[in-house]
Amino acid sequence: MDFDFFAGMFAQLLMGLPLTLNLGILALLGGFSLALALNLMRATRIGNAVASAYVFVFRGTPLLIQIFMIYYGLAGFGFVRQSFFWPFLREPYWCGLLALILNDAAYTSEILRGGLRSVPKGAVEAGRVSGMTRFTVLRRITLPIAIRQALPAYSNEVISILKSTALVSTITLMEVTGIARAAVSETWRAVEIFLCAAVIYLALSLLVTRLSAWVERRLSPWQFGVTP
Amino acid sequence: MPGDLTLIGFGPDGWGLALARAGLMTLYVSVSAFFCGLMLGTLIAWARVAGNWPLRKLAEIYVTIFRGVPDILVIYLFYFGGRQVVTAVGTALGLPGPFDISGFVSGMLAIGLISAASQSEVLRGAYQAVPKGTIEAGRVSGMTRFTLFRRIIAPQAMVTAVPGMGNQWQSVIKESALVSVTGLVETMRQVSVAAGTTQEHFLFYAAGGVIYLIITTLSDQFFRLAEKRSLRGHEQGGV
Repeated sequence: MDFDFFAGMFAQLLMGLPLTLNLGILALLGGFSLALALNLMRATRIGNAVASAYVFVFRGTPLLIQIFMIYYGLAGFGFVRQSFFWPFLREPYWCGLLALILNDAAYTSEILRGGLRSVPKGAVEAGRVSGMTRFTVLRRITLPIAIRQALPAYSNEVISILKSTALVSTITLMEVTGIARAAVSETWRAVEIFLCAAVIYLALSLLVTRLSAWVERRLSPWQFGVTP
Repeated sequence: MPGDLTLIGFGPDGWGLALARAGLMTLYVSVSAFFCGLMLGTLIAWARVAGNWPLRKLAEIYVTIFRGVPDILVIYLFYFGGRQVVTAVGTALGLPGPFDISGFVSGMLAIGLISAASQSEVLRGAYQAVPKGTIEAGRVSGMTRFTLFRRIIAPQAMVTAVPGMGNQWQSVIKESALVSVTGLVETMRQVSVAAGTTQEHFLFYAAGGVIYLIITTLSDQFFRLAEKRSLRGHEQGGV
């Protein structure tokens, strides 16, 4: 067993971790905001149709095709190249991030929809009766209940987005998987290097699992038999 | 400017036939991987439900690993690593090289193993949703284990399992796009090649997206029928 090789490989792969985390966290933040907007849109008939079509398209196609569509496909349009966004859409980083955000929003909006449906009507009515505005009801009643309900499903989505960031290595970004691929083409020690990368992702996902279990406990201790 | 639609048609310089063939390949890889995952997933679920302590722990570790590692990494590992292993074994046996492992086999195995982890969770959940009393009643009335499974457990577990399995199938289709990194000519790969050759990136990636949407939508209909069938004899539904 070549111990030095593993230690060196880990050090090299960990250099990609900041980019992986950066993409993952920003994609989750952007995706959640967009998902919330999609759910609010569902209040009107046209908005509902638009949101449904969006979810249908982004959940029905592979993320890889969405990344390539944005990175290679959009550049084919003259008006995109002349627009204000071109300096961003030319960069693989922004294209990858955009694809991750759009993809995450589709999945998160379905999770959030399930959560919103589980909010008891009585709770919302009680808020309205006691004189809360629509926004206050959303902020203080609907969202807290919905988010608590959606949390277990959402933690799966967090893990899945962290895993999905590996796909941006296909458009030359050097996050953990990108570095691993480059190292493999230099040394041809595929098994060792990819296993090192796998360990890093595994550690991340275990961390998320633990964290979400802790948050769930904190948010509703009575479900776990703890007296607050 | 993107938009020469004859390029995706079936004409002399259209890519229609190639795309249709690639779509079938996507279906072929996905179906093989799904059944690979179903077999292994059933064994894992069985180990977790009825196994002894080491078996249960082993199954648990398997699920944790395959749900925590990116799919593309597993495919790389099988494709590049598989070649490495095959070469090592071949050289040790004294066979003449060079050695290689096909993209289809490594992709199918990789996606099958990933899917097995999620499918086992669906199956385990379905088994646990079967009321314990019915199983005891079956045992008391003298059913063998196989009869018990066929007549009591399977029909009841099916109700919970079918929608979950439908979701797993949908993610297998989407994961199959990742097999393109091994050079296997399925939809994603074919679309990339066509886009590169014609420089019509938008058109061909859109066409690829439509192929995936057709496959996912049609199979969704199929699973809905299966769900209806699984609900026979239940209050809300069934034909």
